[in-house]
Amino acid sequence: MSRRHFVFLCLLPLSIFTLAFLAIPLGRLILASGESDRGWGIYLQILQTPRYLSTLLQTVVVSLAVTVAALAISTTAGLYLVRNRFVGRNVLLSILTLPLAFPGVVVGFMIILLGGRQGLVNQLLPGYWVFAYSITGLFLGYLYFSIPRVLLTVMAAAEKLDPALEEAARTLGAPPWRIVVDVLLPALAPALIAAGAIAFATAMGAFGTAFTLATDIDVLPMVIYTEFTLSANIAMASALSVVLGLVTWAMLLIARSFSGGAVAAGG
Amino acid sequence: MTLTLANIAKTFPGGTKALRPTDLEIGKGEILALLGPSGCGKSTLLRIIAGLETPDPGAAIVFDGEDVTHQSVERRMIGMVFQSYALFPNMSVRGNIGYGLKMQKLSKAEIAARVDEVIDLCRLRPYADRAITALSGGQRQRVALARAMAPRPRILLLDEPLSALDAALRSHLRDELALLLRQFGITAIFVTHDQDEAMAIADRVAVMSQGEVAQIGTPEALYRNPASCFVARFVGDAMPLEGRIEHAQLHLPGGVLTLPKAADGQQVLVRAEDIRIDQNGPVTARVEAVTFLGTHYRIALSGAMTGPLFMLHAGLSAPRTGEEVRLSILPEALLVLPADRAA
Amino acid sequence: MRHVARHVPLAVTLLACAFLLIPIIQSILAGLTVNYFRGLSSGLTLKWIGQVWQLYSGSIFLSIWLALACLVVTLVLGVPAAYVLARNPGRLSRVLEEFISLPLAIPGLALALALLQLYGSVQGFRTSWTFILVGHVLYTLPFMVRSVLSVLAAIDLKTLEEGAASLGAGPARRFIDIVVPNAMPGILAGALTVVTLSIGEFNLTWMLHTPYLKTLPVGLADSYASMRLEVASAYTLVFFVMIVPLLMAMQWASARAQRIMQ
Repeated sequence: MSRRHFVFLCLLPLSIFTLAFLAIPLGRLILASGESDRGWGIYLQILQTPRYLSTLLQTVVVSLAVTVAALAISTTAGLYLVRNRFVGRNVLLSILTLPLAFPGVVVGFMIILLGGRQGLVNQLLPGYWVFAYSITGLFLGYLYFSIPRVLLTVMAAAEKLDPALEEAARTLGAPPWRIVVDVLLPALAPALIAAGAIAFATAMGAFGTAFTLATDIDVLPMVIYTEFTLSANIAMASALSVVLGLVTWAMLLIARSFSGGAVAAGG
Repeated sequence: MTLTLANIAKTFPGGTKALRPTDLEIGKGEILALLGPSGCGKSTLLRIIAGLETPDPGAAIVFDGEDVTHQSVERRMIGMVFQSYALFPNMSVRGNIGYGLKMQKLSKAEIAARVDEVIDLCRLRPYADRAITALSGGQRQRVALARAMAPRPRILLLDEPLSALDAALRSHLRDELALLLRQFGITAIFVTHDQDEAMAIADRVAVMSQGEVAQIGTPEALYRNPASCFVARFVGDAMPLEGRIEHAQLHLPGGVLTLPKAADGQQVLVRAEDIRIDQNGPVTARVEAVTFLGTHYRIALSGAMTGPLFMLHAGLSAPRTGEEVRLSILPEALLVLPADRAA
Repeated sequence: MRHVARHVPLAVTLLACAFLLIPIIQSILAGLTVNYFRGLSSGLTLKWIGQVWQLYSGSIFLSIWLALACLVVTLVLGVPAAYVLARNPGRLSRVLEEFISLPLAIPGLALALALLQLYGSVQGFRTSWTFILVGHVLYTLPFMVRSVLSVLAAIDLKTLEEGAASLGAGPARRFIDIVVPNAMPGILAGALTVVTLSIGEFNLTWMLHTPYLKTLPVGLADSYASMRLEVASAYTLVFFVMIVPLLMAMQWASARAQRIMQ
């Protein structure tokens, strides 16, 4: 068997699988989006129908808010954990990365336990504090699974930073906050952009969390789901999926060009 | 085994000519060094002989009358020592050495016996069951050699076998390798950029430059009768003497040297060890720096020619910096060679 | 003032930990108490766990089975492909790698819709567990390929293979003797990632499953919607017990692969 044959054999199973279950289905999905009466005009219809447009905007706004919050929290915590060694550090780190393996439904349930009708906040505080099923709940749910992902990216980048940079800034007389602003954040910028793009894409596509919490909030994945299952509007479900897929894919391409790491989009 | 190479050339995708058509013949049990600066095509030639690169069409590689040009590397029965050794980190020393025998489908007992034999020959007994990562550079080099030799290859190919070692170890292992190769009695080709290494190990040296064999011969022949300025400079570090040539005389800023023959339009070179301090010498120079090297002094001179000139001085004392000295060079020590093409 | 500012990062870290940990503790407690609303004073019980086992043991076993099948398929598809990508680093390889990584970027829901439209009417396939398996393999394959690829890219695979070839080993032998053993740290990290992700996969599975084929996370969604809080919590607890050791093993294996690569 020559090397050429062997290379061919190595790629054959993957190629068949990818062709049959990724390339052709995605092609079918794109074609299906143009099969309604409106043809390819359906993409214009998304922008002209207030319900779809507001859903799209709402999804983007929530995802952006989650991205900003997760970046702020995870960068603060991540830098703290990289720069300080103390007893219990590993425990904190384990807690912060635990939700990595939680599916979106479980994250939704965690938010219900916190802010649902029978949730902790409602039990402890006087007054009727139920936020799980509102946009706040969705925000917190997305934040729940975004914190670990952003944290890992930021910490990986921070550990690679040359400590001499910070020492050099100190010998030049910079106070701690200036070191953060002038040295650490600029050095971390690529990692922060990458982590932000990942967090944004993940939030945009998150279905499980919204599915568990959703009562009256329209986010894109939920609308796709209802269009498909309840309205049997296959073309619109497909078109919205294509739009969603393009947005998340573009975001992750940005992330990859800045970091090159593989981080799971899921939730 | 005798190796015959005919019309071996290599053009890389993109058009770079790494190797121009080359013919070469290597006798049974002969050790040949391919010597040259990096990028001269020596590694490419070795890899073509091994079967790791395909030569351009029209080439012929013949092992003892058998044409192996189109045989894949794993069928060619060659032994190869790689520059980085390429020892398998997932196997022990013994596993590495026995791998080629395993590929020949020998019985377990036979493999064990042959591995033991090579281990003793290469003095690897104390390390036989260690992991590769637990070995020093010199030990790794011996394992690589043992692994290549264990399957009794038709020819042994070594790609810069000593270059991964530090300088002190390198000169020690150089002699050891020369001895081992003689013991094996195998036909071998090794690639190096180090002239001392080539001279210490090889029976014959092929000096390569810009994808061609510039000259091939015994180390002594190359040193005494270089065919080109390049060879003279590369083997024995000859220095060009820049001056005006009139028939058999070389006019330098510091004086006039007599040449062995008329040399108009040619280049004259000299080796540092052939320059002598001589009160009646024809050339004057000024001592710029003196370095004590144990057995001799290395002296930098100015004024003899436009640039600096270096000489080796074997006396018990050396002239001081700033002194004027007179130099002589025997006419037969001056190398008169055709000038290099613009390089 | 400066004193207070120094403790802000620690406070943020602790608050984030609390936010992530408190509901986990709540669900563990709720799954083990007799009556969650009366609190711990109502006593501890394994009754809810037992009930979960009765109701959902089928989906737990289906998930384990799926994860193992998914592992086998990703190994067979992913390891040889990663080897080819590592040995031929070029534009074409990058495009292929990018393409098989699409399921990381495209939400599971969209992928599931695509699969359903193409294969939804193929009866024997649509209703079989292999339909869900396809979804899981799509989603986990890029992790296997990249994990193996990153380890292979860090060693001088070409020269090692040339060494083996010079000793008489053909392509298949070199793959078995040299490539696979040296890729092992990457294969191990990839395998643990695949199993962990497959057991927790919901987005694709929810769309692809049938009423007779419920995986663990699908069962979780089902229990959140229709069971009392204690049962839902107990089921979540069972999930944690399965996934947390896997997650820790996965992080250990990835860190080990990273170390070996340096």
